[in-house]
Amino acid sequence: MSSSLLFAAESHLLTLAKVDILIIAIYFAMVLFIGFYLRKFAGTGEDFFMAGRKMTAWIAGLSFISANLSSLETMGWSAMAYQYGMLGAHAYLIGAIPAILFLAVVMMPFYYICKTHSVPGYLNLRYGEGSRCLAGVSFSCLTVLVSGASMFAMAKILHLLLGWDMNVSIWVSSVTVAIYVFLGGLISAVFNEVIQFFLIWLGSLLIPILGLIDAGGWTKMMAKIRANVPIIHPTVPHADFTSLWHNLGSFDTNPMGIDWFGMVFGLGLAVSFGYWCTDFLQVQRVIVAKNLRAAQNGTIIGAALKLCVPLIVTIPGLMGLALLTHHNGSPMVLVPESDPRAGITHQTFNDVLPLLMGRYLGPGLLGLGVTAMIAGFMSGMAGNASAFATVFTYDVYRPLLNRNASDHHYLNMGRACSVLGILLSIGTAYMLFYFSNILEFLQVLIFFFIVPLFGVVILGMLWKRCTPAGGFWGFLIAILVSMSMWGYVHSFPAGRHPPPRIDIEKGAVVTLEKVTDSADERITKVIVESGKVRTVNVPIPGTAGSQPLTSGKLVVKNAAVPLPANYADPDKPQQTALRVLAPEIVLAGAEKGATDKFGVEGVPVVLKPGVEVAATAVVQYFNAAEFNTAHAKYIARSEKAKPMAVNMYSGFWTLVVCLLVAIVVSLFTTPKPDHELANLVYGLTPLPDEGRCPWYEHPLLWAGVVGAVLIAVNIIFW
Amino acid sequence: MEGEQQIPIWFFIGVLLTIYGIIILGTGIYGLYDPPHVRLVELHAGIWWGILTTVIGVVYIRKFNPWKKQG
Repeated sequence: MSSSLLFAAESHLLTLAKVDILIIAIYFAMVLFIGFYLRKFAGTGEDFFMAGRKMTAWIAGLSFISANLSSLETMGWSAMAYQYGMLGAHAYLIGAIPAILFLAVVMMPFYYICKTHSVPGYLNLRYGEGSRCLAGVSFSCLTVLVSGASMFAMAKILHLLLGWDMNVSIWVSSVTVAIYVFLGGLISAVFNEVIQFFLIWLGSLLIPILGLIDAGGWTKMMAKIRANVPIIHPTVPHADFTSLWHNLGSFDTNPMGIDWFGMVFGLGLAVSFGYWCTDFLQVQRVIVAKNLRAAQNGTIIGAALKLCVPLIVTIPGLMGLALLTHHNGSPMVLVPESDPRAGITHQTFNDVLPLLMGRYLGPGLLGLGVTAMIAGFMSGMAGNASAFATVFTYDVYRPLLNRNASDHHYLNMGRACSVLGILLSIGTAYMLFYFSNILEFLQVLIFFFIVPLFGVVILGMLWKRCTPAGGFWGFLIAILVSMSMWGYVHSFPAGRHPPPRIDIEKGAVVTLEKVTDSADERITKVIVESGKVRTVNVPIPGTAGSQPLTSGKLVVKNAAVPLPANYADPDKPQQTALRVLAPEIVLAGAEKGATDKFGVEGVPVVLKPGVEVAATAVVQYFNAAEFNTAHAKYIARSEKAKPMAVNMYSGFWTLVVCLLVAIVVSLFTTPKPDHELANLVYGLTPLPDEGRCPWYEHPLLWAGVVGAVLIAVNIIFW
Repeated sequence: MEGEQQIPIWFFIGVLLTIYGIIILGTGIYGLYDPPHVRLVELHAGIWWGILTTVIGVVYIRKFNPWKKQG
């Protein structure tokens, strides 16, 4: 690749040595060995689905936190920190800790005492079959989709980072996960999550350590971030990227376009409590502990570990803003996955962690880092596969299809379901090859499913007057409202015109005019000598007197066609720059067979005679990757709101709707009698006497300590 | 989870980390003679991270060795 071309992305970010491959191979051998070893310990349904309810607090805690520490999570939240600065850390602070402590202290006794197999199982006991089946079917579909998304993301990332074949990545990881979940069920999944926890920390912790040394310390890194932000994030040049709360006084002073109310009640209440208290993937890890105290302490251990995760997730994201530079010292600009330049001329937000791995980790250490990444993906798949097997068997198959089978039958069903879950996930992964935009909103759908779930579960636990009809309708209407809100913010009734763009197709011959100032080189004009181009919303001037071509095909004849650098935007008052992308072209005068790539915007383009043009005029009325700011302001209270802010406010409104509907319907319908609500509702559930314990094993003490540390961290980084 | 017959998860972790630690330490020592092309190579991160990983692994193997009590 020519070094003179601007913004050209590397073909593969990382190169592994033989020793790195050895480290990865050892991991695969180890997890398969453990799977075969554990088969003899999963002989009953209780063993397979509930790990025998024998887990200690530490294993439950590590598994609880690891189930949430998949590579989608670590790479995704590093990307969030790059995009939103320090605000990204809230996902591990107010967006997690209060909810986890609430789960441990308030909700865990109910889950534990009613001996449910799953969260939908609790809904069945509290509200009846309707709510259980709605939750069971929704959750089964979502686990398969998330597992498939995890598989697809792993294959795509390993392909982009290392050049590995996507089919091989999908099948090798799937077969491995299928074998060890089939053999050991939840025990296997939990063992691998605990191993993954150690690998993630040992593979990732060096990056912030070395990065901080490289930056010259925390203060210098913050100063570099402030200097680089106007270049990296020009749409929010004055936003404060280095504070947790100081910048939440208004929508304008932070990169997320959110205020403190949205952060506290959207993330801190609705989304966080929904995710941590009712997402069965999480809750399953701790309700299978050997006793209630172990379940509570395991959850609190999870909270303490969660507080540490910003070290390996948020700090690398911030380092991306401060330390990633081009060879000339200018800050490297990363773009979202939805950006058309992504992967062609620019690395994406999601690449921030791999870029730092390549920058600091040599042979051996890089293998450990990549193994941690693969372990995270596979653990995510295994967690979803085992949760799918449990929920499908107990909350779909048993109540709807076969009520009175033997334990052995349900065990075999669970094993078959774990394989079925993996096969469906593979199908989802291949579907994502063709509909990759699904990744954009998959996580959002989960957000919108678990928030209503939390609403009905918490109301059911704390208010005995809540009726089965109230729970069912509150749950269903809140899901529909949340999806409607999502559709509303992504719709454009008046039509949206994507920015003007030219894609120069493979093999086209191009001449680039450039200027050099200081150490930088800029493209000033693009001349397409021959080949094909595709245009979107670019009017192609015709012969004298004729209308410009906006849609259709033509071949440039006689005279060259000049295209200006900027165009009037029908959606905005200001002009929009023409974007030119060339993923694989031939530079005029280059050696035969040599290809190159570049991307540039706001420069004029000339199409020489003989160039074939395929022009398209696009007007969108719905786009899953774009927000209608005019609509978003009614949900997130500001036109400045970024996607994450809209998600948080949507979660808040969903919870409000869920609670309101459930309460109103309950007031007009008949509640269950008290004796049917024993062990399910606060006030009707006698807590079991766990016996005396040493002071250092008391859950309330450690919940208080973790809460105090949370407050201290927020004050320090205010 | 940690019944009498079952090898504890911590022992597996000890074995895995010890193997990884030795490999990373060996690669780090080799890097003294053929330095990798990464930032801060002069800190020899592979050597001390390999030692740390090995030590954690050995501690887990010794503490959670399932055959220790029976022997």
